[in-house]
Amino acid sequence: MYAQMIKTAGTGVKSREEMTEQERAFQDKIDADIKIEPKDWMPDDYRATLIRQIGQHAHSEIVGQLPEGNWITRAPTLERKAILLAKVQDEAGHGLYLYCAAETLGVSRDELTEMLLDGRMKYSSIFNYPTLNWADIGAVGWLVDGAAIMNQVPLQRTSYGPYSRAMIRICKEESFHQRQGYDAIRKMAEGTPEQRKMAQDALNRFWYPSLMMFGPSDKDSVHSAQSMAWKIKINTNDELRQKFVDQTVPQAEYLGLTIPDPDLKWNEERGHYDFTQPDWSEFFDVIKGNGPCNTDRLAARNKAWDDGKWVRDGLLEHARKKRARKVAAE
Amino acid sequence: MTRDETFLQFLLRMGDNTLILGHRVSEWCGHAPVLEEDIALANTALDLIGQTQMWLGLAGEVQGEGKSADDLAFLRDAWDFRNVLLVEVPNGDFGRTLMRQFLFDAWHSIMLGRLLKSSDDRVAAIAEKASKEVAYHLERSSDTVVGLGDGTEESHRRMQEALDYLWPYVGEMFASDEVDAEMAAAGVAPDPASLREEYDSLVQRVLTEATLTIPDSRFAHKGGRDGRMHTEHLGHLLTQMQWLQRAYPGATW
Repeated sequence: MYAQMIKTAGTGVKSREEMTEQERAFQDKIDADIKIEPKDWMPDDYRATLIRQIGQHAHSEIVGQLPEGNWITRAPTLERKAILLAKVQDEAGHGLYLYCAAETLGVSRDELTEMLLDGRMKYSSIFNYPTLNWADIGAVGWLVDGAAIMNQVPLQRTSYGPYSRAMIRICKEESFHQRQGYDAIRKMAEGTPEQRKMAQDALNRFWYPSLMMFGPSDKDSVHSAQSMAWKIKINTNDELRQKFVDQTVPQAEYLGLTIPDPDLKWNEERGHYDFTQPDWSEFFDVIKGNGPCNTDRLAARNKAWDDGKWVRDGLLEHARKKRARKVAAE
Repeated sequence: MTRDETFLQFLLRMGDNTLILGHRVSEWCGHAPVLEEDIALANTALDLIGQTQMWLGLAGEVQGEGKSADDLAFLRDAWDFRNVLLVEVPNGDFGRTLMRQFLFDAWHSIMLGRLLKSSDDRVAAIAEKASKEVAYHLERSSDTVVGLGDGTEESHRRMQEALDYLWPYVGEMFASDEVDAEMAAAGVAPDPASLREEYDSLVQRVLTEATLTIPDSRFAHKGGRDGRMHTEHLGHLLTQMQWLQRAYPGATW
């Protein structure tokens, strides 16, 4: 998943006594793993939180086209170019499913898009980092999609039906992307000295930003507790980050690449790797708009939207004329 | 030219068209007017790159110098490219990109239709696979050209400008030379001139529905299919496309 720092609406988890009868029935359904569907009653705060979360995920898929698109025209072989095109196409498709899922909650794709473009809604911090060498494309698949999958796999069981179904489709494609990314960076790690250097450079730059994708620790957050009670968040950020580190370290070792963390080591007692936290002040800078690419990413999306206005208007007007001609003919 | 040399020229013409157009279309990634168009553009580019792998793969075989499709795509200089000029002109706005796509798709679909009956089985097999994809490309680009031509005043104006700009690049797709004559005589490929009538009627029908006017002139820029004189744009495109292969010779990716 690409949602971070989603502010859960409401004041935290209510006790059964504090809940209205409707809220109790709603919570009972969630506890019994019965999916909530668009026409079912739901608390306003549940709806608002889901819109933020799904919307941010959708926006991330859309903005995420840009760092990868940056290398499509420079992909080194026809096969790599085709794989990258297919991946970016999948991502735009994920954006589409997710906007559709959000629409079932009563917000249109255009409204969400406008909130992205004017900065009211965010996308994942990771896409504010640049892709500087070809190995970055491998690293994005391996680490960024890898981190996203950590979150998305449990979310296949999320309580909101349309979101859960979108996640199931998305997960299938994401795990394919991750394998492709790993394969691309493996080729570099096994290649010439220059290629190895590119692979290590990509890992150096993407390691901490990937750890940031899970968001800061939320183990004591009342907001997270509410989202977890609603099953729109399944694990804490720290649990997922740990799982990601545990999975990724052996993969890096297999490639012969060094994770840029001198304190990284296996902790026998915990059965997990100990690792250094990312620089959270950098994370908050990126979230506030001061990442290396925030300005350019948002400008690119705004330009695409503004330049495309005549196209959207033209196609809508044509559809209107066609309908009018059809009515006139009847 | 020997028969194989002629055949190679024909295969490069097919493969370079799809390679260069696929590259141009892929430049749109993440910048389209609406999400569905991002998906459709990436999908079109992907099909064209896939077709390139087949055409240039066969070209490498016929050439017999042990070159792969990648070698041909990434290690030739501009004068060795055999694509029509139409596919190398810059994207311009979305209207010009889709008009260029339509003008190419219309030719491509007719050409592939004829190649299904090629006397060379390998050519027929590529045409078989590609023609299914291109039928969809043509349907989509026709619909978009009609939608934007017959849309708002602004969209109509932009589409007419796109057509006026691109029309002089259409004629080259139908210019026959000795390569074509030999391919036609061997039953490998049709004489391009023989596609013009069907093309004109298809294009006329769609552009009429789009309320657009085909320019009067039949003047045609030429020089891409024989490599005599490409546009200034091709060199820049290759600079970007071939950079990694050129900067790190011998590496595998």
